[in-house]
Amino acid sequence: MLQRMYDWIDERVDITPLWRDIADHEVPEHVNPAHHFSAFVYCFGGLTFFVTVIQVLSGMFLTMYYVPDIENAWRSVYYLQTEVAHGQIVRGMHHWGASVVIVMLFLHTLRVFFQGAYKKPRELNWMVGVLIFFVMLALGLTGYLLPWDNKAYFATVVTLQIAEGVPLIGEMAKTLLNGDPSIVGAQTLARFFAIHVFFLPAALFVLMGIHFIMIRKQGISGPL
Amino acid sequence: MKKGKGMKFVGDSRIPADKQKFIPKDYSEYPGRTEAFWPNFLLKEWLVGAVFLVGFLCLTVAHPAPLEKLADPTDTAYLPLPDWYFLFLYQLLKYKFASGAFFVLGAIIIPGLAFGALFLAPFLDRGEERRPHKRPVTTSLMLLGFIAVFWLTYEAAAHVDWEAKAENNKPELPSSVEIDTSHPGYAAYENSCLQCHGGELEGGPAAPTLIGVEYGVDEIKDIAVNGIGQMPADQFQGTEEELQQLAEFIVSVNEQE
Repeated sequence: MLQRMYDWIDERVDITPLWRDIADHEVPEHVNPAHHFSAFVYCFGGLTFFVTVIQVLSGMFLTMYYVPDIENAWRSVYYLQTEVAHGQIVRGMHHWGASVVIVMLFLHTLRVFFQGAYKKPRELNWMVGVLIFFVMLALGLTGYLLPWDNKAYFATVVTLQIAEGVPLIGEMAKTLLNGDPSIVGAQTLARFFAIHVFFLPAALFVLMGIHFIMIRKQGISGPL
Repeated sequence: MKKGKGMKFVGDSRIPADKQKFIPKDYSEYPGRTEAFWPNFLLKEWLVGAVFLVGFLCLTVAHPAPLEKLADPTDTAYLPLPDWYFLFLYQLLKYKFASGAFFVLGAIIIPGLAFGALFLAPFLDRGEERRPHKRPVTTSLMLLGFIAVFWLTYEAAAHVDWEAKAENNKPELPSSVEIDTSHPGYAAYENSCLQCHGGELEGGPAAPTLIGVEYGVDEIKDIAVNGIGQMPADQFQGTEEELQQLAEFIVSVNEQE
């Protein structure tokens, strides 16, 4: 049945090459933990992606309750945390996932770095990867404000002060993030929400797409 | 695909000695036992993912995501801290050589150099050797950076009393009920209950809040006379009529919610 459905679609749009590119390849021995246990270091990239998927899904569910406005943001999170069925679990996944993804990303970076896997021909993929790291950190930074509790508010005030201290563009950068040259308030929350939920994920998906296409194109680096 | 025979490789890497356009090698050319990605290897990855997910869910159940008080910009006593993965930067900016007049050094130049070098690593470390011990400069710079970040994070986190901070900033729902002081039961409340349960029924160190209780009039009358839990008996002083009014008052406040 499945085979016949596949054949039916394949006859019309020729998806076999696409399928080959995505799934039809061999996994070399040196990255397979079943053969060499030390190859578990190759898992960190995949786990980063896995946690990213968790973040996207849990984040989508959180927006069902979250209200990006200073009157209700905290109340909506409190309500989610105390009243909504499994709300605590979903928010917990998003909260801890934000930390775990940084840890996994860090381990993945160290693996690639110490194995020298960024060398020719993989220079571009390394740079895309570092950009993904920056985007992740920015996601953490903007997401931190959204519950609008004390630690969120004061951490953001400090962040904006640091941004302001940058010579030449500091003032403008601060106003762009803040929505106002001095007040950290309703505008700031709305902007951080938009950046966290729309701008940065869009950038992240583009970069991840490039990252994965290049991996499939270039293959995994050879054994040391 | 060309086979490995007769190809010259440089160092320990698999880069051919004669330059040519990079064409990815067929995986079957790698030495050793390869495994099909689909479905064999993917199934194993799936299992690792499932174990990871179980561990991760245990973490979220054991440690609910923290939430502090509603943001209060006038709270001058609050110690602002960033999320843990920014603590190293926060700590760096506390040192004299990286703050005040040297702010640009601490906030821009040092992190800029470190992250810029990370970004451009393939162009700074151009040798063909891949093993860490064969490129000592690169490896030691990375280790140095790693130790610095770890140390700064530790320095920032070790001096914070996290438990006291969490304790002082517990989330509490701001009261949205209005206390009707003209209610006939309010006078009885003022006489017998206010001292412990507070002027807005918000509770205090010795007694819980009375907002959100689910007792009926009769139950409240019973508790006011006989006590409950840590509340001693005979707290209520007054007539039976006042007791009735008191209970109705507390119920009426709770009905506003």
